[in-house]
Amino acid sequence: MRMRTRSATLAALVAAGVALAPATVLAAPTPTPSPGSTTVTKAGTSFLSATPVAAGQPVRVGASTGEYLYWSFTAGAGEIHEINATVSLAEDRGGSSTWAVEVFDGLRRRQACTAGAQTPTADAAVSTVAIGCTLRRVRPWAEPWSADPLPGTYYVRLTVVDVPERDLGLPIDVDLLISATGDAGTAPEDGKLEAPLVPPAKAGEVLNAVPTAPAEDEEGDGWNLDLTGWLPEAGSRWIWTTAGGVLAAVAGVFGFALTRRPATR
Amino acid sequence: MDIATLRPVINKKWSSLVLLGLLTATTLTGPLPASAHDKAEPGAEPPRVQLVLDVSGSMRATDIDGRSRISVAQQAFGEVVDALPDETQLGIRVLGATYRGKDKQQGCLDTQQIVPVGPVDREQAKAAVATLRPTGFTPVGLALREAAEDLGRGTTARRIVLITDGEDTCAPPDPCQVARELAAQGTTLVVDTLGLAPDEKVRKQLLCIAAATGGTYTAATSAEDLTGRLKQLVDRARDTHATTPSKVAGADACQGAPLLAPGVYTDRETFSEHRWYRVPVRPDQELRASVSVAMDRPVNPDYGVLLRATASDGRELVRGVDAGSGRTDVVSAGLRWSAGADDDEQARDEEATASPAATSASAVTTVCLVVSNMFSPRAGTDKEPGMPVELTVDVVAASPTPDGPDLGRGWVLLLLLTLAGLLTGLVTGLLTRWWVATWREK
Repeated sequence: MRMRTRSATLAALVAAGVALAPATVLAAPTPTPSPGSTTVTKAGTSFLSATPVAAGQPVRVGASTGEYLYWSFTAGAGEIHEINATVSLAEDRGGSSTWAVEVFDGLRRRQACTAGAQTPTADAAVSTVAIGCTLRRVRPWAEPWSADPLPGTYYVRLTVVDVPERDLGLPIDVDLLISATGDAGTAPEDGKLEAPLVPPAKAGEVLNAVPTAPAEDEEGDGWNLDLTGWLPEAGSRWIWTTAGGVLAAVAGVFGFALTRRPATR
Repeated sequence: MDIATLRPVINKKWSSLVLLGLLTATTLTGPLPASAHDKAEPGAEPPRVQLVLDVSGSMRATDIDGRSRISVAQQAFGEVVDALPDETQLGIRVLGATYRGKDKQQGCLDTQQIVPVGPVDREQAKAAVATLRPTGFTPVGLALREAAEDLGRGTTARRIVLITDGEDTCAPPDPCQVARELAAQGTTLVVDTLGLAPDEKVRKQLLCIAAATGGTYTAATSAEDLTGRLKQLVDRARDTHATTPSKVAGADACQGAPLLAPGVYTDRETFSEHRWYRVPVRPDQELRASVSVAMDRPVNPDYGVLLRATASDGRELVRGVDAGSGRTDVVSAGLRWSAGADDDEQARDEEATASPAATSASAVTTVCLVVSNMFSPRAGTDKEPGMPVELTVDVVAASPTPDGPDLGRGWVLLLLLTLAGLLTGLVTGLLTRWWVATWREK
């Protein structure tokens, strides 16, 4: 159906003699930037100076071969992010080059790509190279000892990992788009990360002594504290199960009444 | 009864109640180190950039779009000065601009600052650049050293943009070694390099200088390239100048290692060295740490970084590790750790044995962090100063393990279901009896 409309449009445009249109019509299936978003024209050069980018916000930046380009984005629980980049290479290169997009979480731990050409190689003849990476679904909680993807900041590093030395420094153009799928809704039983993995940005401070823990005054006017402690959360399995019990009883009584009805009449 | 429409209403009400409770809880438990997430306040210091231009004799060559290298550089400088953001402080230093003689010793001291680093008088700066004529030697190392001095020492990152067309003719000092030394001392210094129609030797040297300071290298083959790139680099100085980590010197053992508050730190670590730090963590808190070790010199192609957290008695708590091979700027690893149940008990035991005066202090666990690297130097690679280490430490509220109820199994569930059924049956039965009674009366 879609194909048919497309070819119909194509035919119509060709008939109308529009030379440019077919390319734009055919280029539809790739992830598209969200409408109304402004293009980012910068890239950072380290984890600390990574340029923040929102999902769906296109990035277009000029750079030189061999540079390490950093962007950061924020991920919420339940989301899956896909990173797509196209590098327009300089002409007159000395040989083939291998490009890579690497993703790190807020703790700078390397993240695995589940799909996509993460480290494609471009021959000396081609003019562009496409790089892609689909990340794992972000979990709402994970044990501190695990390496599961968690909500927070993620870093994208794009660079050339293998290149003839004489090609270093040549100008390139990078197009990058981060798209997110999946919703942020998660069940409370899956746990919750109290603080997202957002690294501190301020300069550190060396302490002179181990700070003492502040005196804990748990006594006193904290009754609503306790309430949140033992009342089950909305939508929890306890509530569902209790409701199931109630419905079961109602259904039982109803069935019982059905069998009894002719006798009472 | 339509539960589906009812649930969202309940949900909303409940979650707002829970949220309120949590809010009260956080305000009651006192000031958590939430300040860790405060953005670095916009630096009181303005961004400072120094452009270092080579005006040696070779700049006369006319090989960029049929124009001489110097005229292309002059035009680019003019455009950059015109487009300069108001808050950026720019300085311009030249090398090889005045000495016409043949004496190498004299020629290699030939570097002057023609525009001092500060708020820029655009007309004056452009006039100063326009009068430059290609003349002498290329003392890159000396010029870099002087340029770093011009920028002064401060708390923010400094950027030097070096534009040259020829290799250093005055070594020693080797400009690459100078760059590494400059980056190791004082504040963060980044040298971005631009090669004008570079040959292989120039490229190698500029790549080395850029890598030593975490800067970039660009080959400019047209006037357009040069101008665009210069503008981009000056813009970057504005974007990055406020994010500067504080310096710390890690110890060679956990005992006596520096105690770190949440924040970003830098240190230096040479090959096969271990650097120790300590972080105080309360029982209800989670430690987060990440480390990046930069490859600022040529090393063998396979490498790795290991970050370990240990208890004060040397027991390992958790480790973060990453390894790789090939071209990269930094290798990073990170870890999370929060006190488990047995650690709590142990802390309590320690508390019991400790003197009463230390009771309040021992509730805080001191976790040792050790950074080690698996880089191996190539033949001829200098070991000192060590490679830059960037350490990020954060202490946040611990995230407890979620424990869902045993749905579908367990005696508690059966009891609950039975009770709920019994209760509903009783209520329904009573209601039915009452309803039947009133119906009969009528």
